[in-house]
Order: sequence, then structure tokens, then C-alpha cells
Amino acid sequence: MSKSVVIKGGTILNQNGELRADVRIENEIVVEVGANLKGDIELDASGCIVTSGFVDLHAHLREPGKEEAETIETGSRAGALGGYTALVAMPNTDPPQDSVAVIDFVREQGKRAGLVDVIPSGCITLGRQGETLAPMAELAQAGVNFFTDDGFGVQDASLMRRALEYARGLGVTLAQHCEVAELTKGAVMSECQCCTDLGLPGWPAIAEELMVFRDIELVRITGATMHFLHLSTARSVELVRAAKRDGLPITAEVTPHHLSLTQELLASFDSVYKVNPPLRSSEDIRALKIGLLDGTIDAIATDHAPHPRRDKEMSLDMAPPGMLGLETALGVVLAFGDLEIKDAVALLSWNPARIAKVDNAHGRPIAASEPANICVFDPELSWSVDLQRLASKSINSPYVGRTLRGKVRHTIFKGAPTVIDGQAQK
Amino acid sequence: MKHLRSIDELGAKGLLELLQLTVHMAEINQRPVPKVPALRGRTVASLFFEDSTRTRLSFETAAKRLSADTLTFNVSTSSVNKGESLRDTVATITDMGADAFVVRHKSVGIPWQIEQWTKASIINAGDGAHQHPTQALVDCYTIREATHTARFDGMQITIVGDIKHSRVARSNIQAFTMLGAKVTLVAPPTLLPPDVSHWPVEVNHHLDDVIPTSDVLYMLRLQSERMSQGHVPTLREYSEQYSLTQKRVARLRDSAIVMHPGPMNRGVEMQIDPSDIKNSLIHRQVANGVSVRMAVLFDLLGSGANLGGQA
Repeated sequence: MSKSVVIKGGTILNQNGELRADVRIENEIVVEVGANLKGDIELDASGCIVTSGFVDLHAHLREPGKEEAETIETGSRAGALGGYTALVAMPNTDPPQDSVAVIDFVREQGKRAGLVDVIPSGCITLGRQGETLAPMAELAQAGVNFFTDDGFGVQDASLMRRALEYARGLGVTLAQHCEVAELTKGAVMSECQCCTDLGLPGWPAIAEELMVFRDIELVRITGATMHFLHLSTARSVELVRAAKRDGLPITAEVTPHHLSLTQELLASFDSVYKVNPPLRSSEDIRALKIGLLDGTIDAIATDHAPHPRRDKEMSLDMAPPGMLGLETALGVVLAFGDLEIKDAVALLSWNPARIAKVDNAHGRPIAASEPANICVFDPELSWSVDLQRLASKSINSPYVGRTLRGKVRHTIFKGAPTVIDGQAQK
Repeated sequence: MKHLRSIDELGAKGLLELLQLTVHMAEINQRPVPKVPALRGRTVASLFFEDSTRTRLSFETAAKRLSADTLTFNVSTSSVNKGESLRDTVATITDMGADAFVVRHKSVGIPWQIEQWTKASIINAGDGAHQHPTQALVDCYTIREATHTARFDGMQITIVGDIKHSRVARSNIQAFTMLGAKVTLVAPPTLLPPDVSHWPVEVNHHLDDVIPTSDVLYMLRLQSERMSQGHVPTLREYSEQYSLTQKRVARLRDSAIVMHPGPMNRGVEMQIDPSDIKNSLIHRQVANGVSVRMAVLFDLLGSGANLGGQA
């Protein structure tokens, strides 16, 4: 028998409502929800929300290949501290996640770390080269049901059409990084007045929107399930809204940074603000937020992209794009997202669990007999990022010096606390 | 003033002060021995990651005329080729006692990035397509010298060519408008930045329209790679529309002046020899480069020592 854990004094938040009660967990399962429960380990949750652990659809864990930036263990720990119990690992590793061997390795490293469920995604094309399909059936057999070439969009429309047709047969989801590469050669930041002033090559909104539009139409003729990664522009939101109105099997995500930071930050020449797709205008942010409220956008996903300091110290044009996200997602979403807590949890947990097809174990109600993957957070606590204390191996967080609101206090993964009082337990 | 990185950062007041100081430097350069001890014991390091003839040489000459020591960093023979990072390079040269860095780099923002790694003053000698503030100072000084006016109120300055990729254009637009000029940009839409609606400029796509009304015609260099990138179909077509020809020069006002930051692309944007233009200031631009850079170095590194002594 493992030790029983009781979460005391919090407010349970489920899709069907709120409830002030304690939660008792034994053997990876919630065994009881009620008043004055006792357990071997008692976690104080007064003033806190007790809800299902978060699910990130978009984490770059960098292992194998770029362990200098992050490992599956350090990324998992960062995730646990951010309230996550499941992370979809992006396939742009080295070697990429286009073979069963690499998929198994990533999953095993996740189990070894034991802090979150690491869910490897597979490549759409071999080596993410955009030329031939990856062995998707073989990968699907090995348990992969989320495929993407993230970092690149699949440029070839014919190949993308075949990929969607093939995916429909397998019942898996394809996730697109929407970027028409011909339009973004050398791009450093959003194409806008600020990029005009700075003389930096611009990344035009149309480069995203053209691919969103193309893929919506490909979904229409193939019937496959499609997820749009990190949408960043107002027009993209409009296109997805119209596609959903037509009943197409499409979902979409937005990142915390595209909800909180604008393109003008690039004028500081700090490469921490370089990200792909780039930071956009405040008008785009407004449109993304409306998309969250009306259900056009289904999930908030971090695009957690650790980079070693020496890489980010290069010039703006040479520095790799990407920023950390796992440890700050909740605090950013509650501080800048203009969302009700319940909507935030839906976007961070319930919806992404469904999209990643892990809703048998994650994004579940807090109720007896349910798997105990739980996040306990204080929705009011204001805090700021301390780079020295990040669990991630990298420090490229854009939120230094910005006040975040809402902090994870405890995280329970498979019945065991991975985080207690904001401290990682292993 | 600690750094000179952009005209914007310098501001109108700083711009006017430097232009005034340049007058004194020009006087020094007229002396039989054009050298003063003003910056004795100070060290100026040139960090040129991109090719340059006039900017690098004029900075080095300026430093020497003020008796500063100079360190020249040559990228092709440096440890940068062994993979040394920019940060380490800057830290190393700082350790050698550099008081100022004169930096040119193909990447936008480098003068701001290296600020974190050195206590030295930073002078931007060109960062990507962003800024080249000393060129703007040279150009303002040269126009003042030619027109005998301190400010450019009411002056019509036309900048012609590849605005999109030009740091000279970005610096000059700021400087010229700060001094009161009306600036018109002339280029095909493909050689303009994506959105200039917030700039205090007019835009015209036809050079011939603005020739008769321009007081200053400022020609920019067109790099031949713009053709392969699809910005213009052919150099020939570009030249037809946007180059300075004998015919166009003939339509200029009598008092109109012609400028070019160099290096010139003869046969592309300049289909006429500058010596055949009555009011070409192209040679004055080069000549004034040293005085302007002396003023900048003295302003950043000088301790108020007088400029009168003999080195």
C-alpha cells in the first residue's frame, strides 16, 4: 500500500461545478471526496483551486539531441511545477521522433523521470524534411496519435493532403505549424511598423494564414482530424472560427506568450523575445482572447522551447526562436488572459486532454474512482520569475520582471505529490 | 552621452551639439599638424564584422588625430573564426582596456546587445538595416556646410533607392526630419519597408516627379543581390526608373545638391560621373567623415580637456 494523500481545505473545480471538500488519494486513485478527511500526507489547499492536472500539447523537451538545453527529466520537473501531469513531447529532437525506437526512448525517459506522463508525438514526414511520410502506421501502433513536423509546416500541399488521408485511416490527429516558408525567409519578428523601424526582416501574418486556410480546405476534402499549433493572428482565428462553424474536425491552440507579449518588445533587441511564430500586435492579442472565449481556440499550449544561454546570446537574426513556458503558463494566463478560472482550467487541462486523447487519465473530474492527476493552485498569488530557481535547464523566460498571478502549490501525479508547496519532490 | 547607437537615442539636442562640435574638429583638421592630445591615454577599439572602407578608416583617423590609441579587430584573422562568441570577443577586448567600441555588424541590434558585456562606450558604425548614426551626422554636417543653414526647415530632401535595406536611410530620415526637413522617399514598393505610414515622410514611386522640387537628392546604393531576391526584375529596369542620369541632373534646380553615402554602383544608381554634377557633395561627405567622427569620439570619451593644445 502506498501512503494516502489528502488535499485539505481547497475548492474542487470540475466541469460540472465547484465544491468545497477534501480529497483523499490512495494507489493512484481518488478514493474519497468529503469533509475532514485524514491521510498519511496532508496537503493544505486553503484558498486554492483543486482541479485536474494540466496537459500541455506543445512541449519541446529537447531529448534526445539537445540535452544542453533541457532533458526529459528537467522538462518534466518544470512541467510538474507548472501544474502539468501530461506533456506532449514535440518531435523535433535529434534524431527526430520518426521511428519507434526514438518514440520508445522518449516514453521510457519520461517514465524514468516519473514526474508527468510524457506523450511522444510523431513526425508527419521523415526527418521533418517535408519530403516523404514518416511511418505513421507503425508509430500509431506504438501508441502515437498526435503527429506534427512542428518547427516547420508541411509545405507541399500534395504531401499534406496524403498525410491527412493516411491519418484519417489511422484515426490519428495531425498538428500543423502554420508557416509558408517562402514568405518568412530570414524573418526575425512580425512584419509591422516596428520591424520597419528596426530594419528587421518581417514574418507576415499572411504566412500563417495561408497555411491555415490551405489546411482547413484539405480537412474539408479529406475528413481527417487536424489541430492548429500556436495560432498568432486575428485572421487565423477568423478562419478557424468559420471552419468550425462548418463542422470541420479542427482544434486550435494559442500560447501564453501570444496572449501577453507584443511585437514592440523586439525593439529591446533582447533575443528572449524572438519566437516562432513571432509576437504580434495588441489587436491580434485581443482577437486571440475572443477566440478563447467563444470556443474557437480550444487550448492554451506552452510551446516551451528551452535554449542554452550561449545560443540566445547570438544576434537577433542568428539566435534560435523560442521561450520557456511550462513553469509560467498558469501565472501568465491568469494575469494576462482575461479568463475566468474555470475557462482557464478548461483551456489548460480538460480540452487539451481530449485533443491529445489522454482523457482517460488526464483532465478528469476530481471524484471517487478517478485517476489522481491533480493540480492545486492559488489563483490570487502574485509572483515573479526568479531565473535562479527555474527547474528548466535553460533560462530563456521572457517574464523576468513581470508580475504573474496564480501559482501552482501542489501537483499530484498518479497519486503521488510531485510538487508540494511549490517545491519539486524529486 | 555614453553611447551613440541611433539618431533617435541621440535626440535633436544631441544632434545639434555634435554638429556644432564638428565645426571645431574641422578647424583642427585645417591646421598644419592636425592632431590634438584630447584623448591621450584613451583606447578606441574597432570591431568590424562587415567590410568597410570609409567608415573604418575615418574612425581610425579620427581617433589618431585626437591622440587616442586604437585597437583594430580584424574578423578574418580573429578567434571568431575559431568559434569565439561575440560576448567573449567583447569581454576580451574590454579586458585589454578599450574605452570605446566602434562596431559594425550585419545583424540589427548588436550595439545594444553588447552593452551588457562591457563598460566601454559603444558607437554604432552600422547594424544591419537599422542604423548608421555617424553617416547621418556626416550628411547633416555636409548639407549645413553647403547651404550655410543650421536647420533644414522647409528644405525638400529626396532619398532615392533601396530604403528597405538601408541603415543610412533609417538614420537620415530621423536626422533630416529632426532638423526640420521635408523628406520624400522614392523607390518601387518592393524596396520600401512593409509599412512606413507612421514615418514623417512622403512616398513617391516616380523619381521624375520629384526631381524639379528637390533641394537635396540623396541617392542610395542598390546591391545586386536585390535582383535575385526578386525586389527588382533587372538592374537595367531599376536604372531606367531610379538612377541619376545626365537628363535628370539637367532637370534639377540650380541650387539642388546631390549626395551618395558610397560606395557607388556606377551604372546602376549613378549613370553619371559625380564630377559632371555641378553641386555634388559626394566628396565632401567623405572629407567630413573624419571631423564628424572626431566630434563623436571627443564627446563620448573626452573629459572636457581643451582642444587647443598640440600633441
